Amino acid sequence: MLNALLLVTGVAALLLAAWCGWAAYRDQPTKDWHFIGMAVVTVLALIQLIAGIVLLTRGGKPEQGTTIFVAYLLGAFACVPAAGFMSLAERTRWGSVTVAAGGVVLAVLEVRLYDIWGR
Amino acid sequence: MTSGEGEMTAVEEGPKRQRRLTSGPGTLLVWFYGVMVVGAVSRSAYQIATEFGRAPLAYALSAVAGVVYGFITYTLVRGGETARRVAQVCCAAELAGVLIVGTWTLVDPSAFPDATVWSDYGMGYVFIPVLLPVSALYWLRKGAERAGT
Repeated sequence: MLNALLLVTGVAALLLAAWCGWAAYRDQPTKDWHFIGMAVVTVLALIQLIAGIVLLTRGGKPEQGTTIFVAYLLGAFACVPAAGFMSLAERTRWGSVTVAAGGVVLAVLEVRLYDIWGR
Repeated sequence: MTSGEGEMTAVEEGPKRQRRLTSGPGTLLVWFYGVMVVGAVSRSAYQIATEFGRAPLAYALSAVAGVVYGFITYTLVRGGETARRVAQVCCAAELAGVLIVGTWTLVDPSAFPDATVWSDYGMGYVFIPVLLPVSALYWLRKGAERAGT
């Protein structure tokens, strides 16, 4: 169950990255629609965080340690909003590039979470 | 030293013309530095707290890297001529660190039972640790040129 969630969030993060990368390529700042996209990805990361904690309370044991698992879940949740706020302050194409980078970083975190959970 | 002149013009231009190091491509730099701060600091904090004895050198170096990243992030966000020059020095130190530690891990792997942030020139972090100081130095230099004109 968690793996499916990791996959969905990772793919959504990459789509967001591609979308914002496209905006940057066209020399545009992030717009309302992009922020809605960021919200969707953030909600997915939040669901993932909650699901991960529920799994832990049910006695699930991440292969590489609970602390690392929770730290990565929190990092994954904070990743896109942080980039989003930076793009609010930077109303140029570089704000879009930053959100695209945020999406890529989140996708990497998802892969790491998959390894850490280990099943 | 021509840098003294740069400072004079910076003062004359006043705070409004003071370079914001976080504008434009600087935003992306701050983002990546922020990510590296979180990555390096949390990683080393966890490893030092739980298994410091296994690879003290590697974990200590990760912690140092985290502190350096944190300081560079702070200088970038703070902006201004002094911060720009301090950031330049730190980025040069960071680059030297990546190159030295990267080479060290390749030449003498036995000294590092576990990886640091800078192992193999930061391969575990998609080479961001070695690309970041190079692009930051380039960006900071451009900041100086803009100030000069």
